[in-house]
Amino acid sequence: MSGDQAMREYASALPAPTFPDPAFVTPVPLHQATVAIVTSAALHTPDDERFSAVDTGFRLIDRGRRDLVLGHWSPNFDHSGIALDLNVVYPIDRLEELAAAGTIGAVAPRHVSFAGNQPDDVATVRLDSGPRAAEALRHDGVDVVLLTPV
Amino acid sequence: MSVLAHVFEAAGIATVVLSSVRAMAEKVAPPRALHCEFPLGRPLGVPNDTAFQHDVLRRALDMLAAPTGPVLADHPTVIEADDAPLACTLPPRYDPDLPAAVDEAQGLRAAYERTLTRRGVSDVGRTMSAEQVPAAVAALVAIAAGTPWTEAGMPGGNPVAACHDIRSYYEEAALALAGETAPGGRSLEEWFFAATETGRTLLAARAAMRDAGVKFPIWFYMAPGHR
Repeated sequence: MSGDQAMREYASALPAPTFPDPAFVTPVPLHQATVAIVTSAALHTPDDERFSAVDTGFRLIDRGRRDLVLGHWSPNFDHSGIALDLNVVYPIDRLEELAAAGTIGAVAPRHVSFAGNQPDDVATVRLDSGPRAAEALRHDGVDVVLLTPV
Repeated sequence: MSVLAHVFEAAGIATVVLSSVRAMAEKVAPPRALHCEFPLGRPLGVPNDTAFQHDVLRRALDMLAAPTGPVLADHPTVIEADDAPLACTLPPRYDPDLPAAVDEAQGLRAAYERTLTRRGVSDVGRTMSAEQVPAAVAALVAIAAGTPWTEAGMPGGNPVAACHDIRSYYEEAALALAGETAPGGRSLEEWFFAATETGRTLLAARAAMRDAGVKFPIWFYMAPGHR
């Protein structure tokens, strides 16, 4: 079995939290929307606090930064793609192109990075760090979030 | 990712998830998810392919027009993670007095530096600098030969973090040696563990730690789980 197959089988069997009454936000038209990226690759700048192996927090990434390090602790996914091209995980240049073309309204001034390896109950990201990250993006006028996993 | 989508929607922000594990997207049911059967670690699919990345984004952002949710769609392209080892010339033996793995690590330093110059950043640095990588490899050699890991002189003292740095050093060096072609999703991993002295030594050290009764998280996460 390939590594990706093994990981997908493993991840498929992980416990999944339920959301009995989920929100569904209808955004402003895309050409007016401010768009942010939220990634679970644990990306951070070299001057940020590094992610620990059990990090439930997040880092904010300024729009102009491209000097990002992969802080994720898992050895179970490819790290070479992002070393070749940051956009394959964090498509910040693609968003800038969409904004320049008028497809989206604006690129958010700050983006968000979490570590994907969370405790099974995901309580902290659900109740604490996730809402705090959302509050930061709301403060920046973000209408739409694109979530990119690793 | 799907959990965070619910959290951000509850805060009033519309979301689209690029899903990498379809069963999880089905179970957690975020408002909008585009499942992308691409190599893990490459949610936009193809490095340095602007047109493909825009195609992924267009399909994802188009889902914002759906009047109700949850909606789960599939990107029509499936990209398998190529696990054929990268074709990459390793440095010849230079110092026969050193263990082969340590000699190899030293010989890759110039290639590592070339990638560092191109990127401006390196994933090496979780627990050691690039200068310390050969010493960390020497510690793996000692562990594989039976030295307890706590006595092997591993820089930083955390085998999982050290193995992250060692593998990042090798993979970043290999990117400089591989030329223009982007390696497939698992081909650098396969190259490291199957074709390099250090990769094989790492697996031997990990097996020795497992057999010595070292706690599971200390040895298991030194390498991918399926190895």
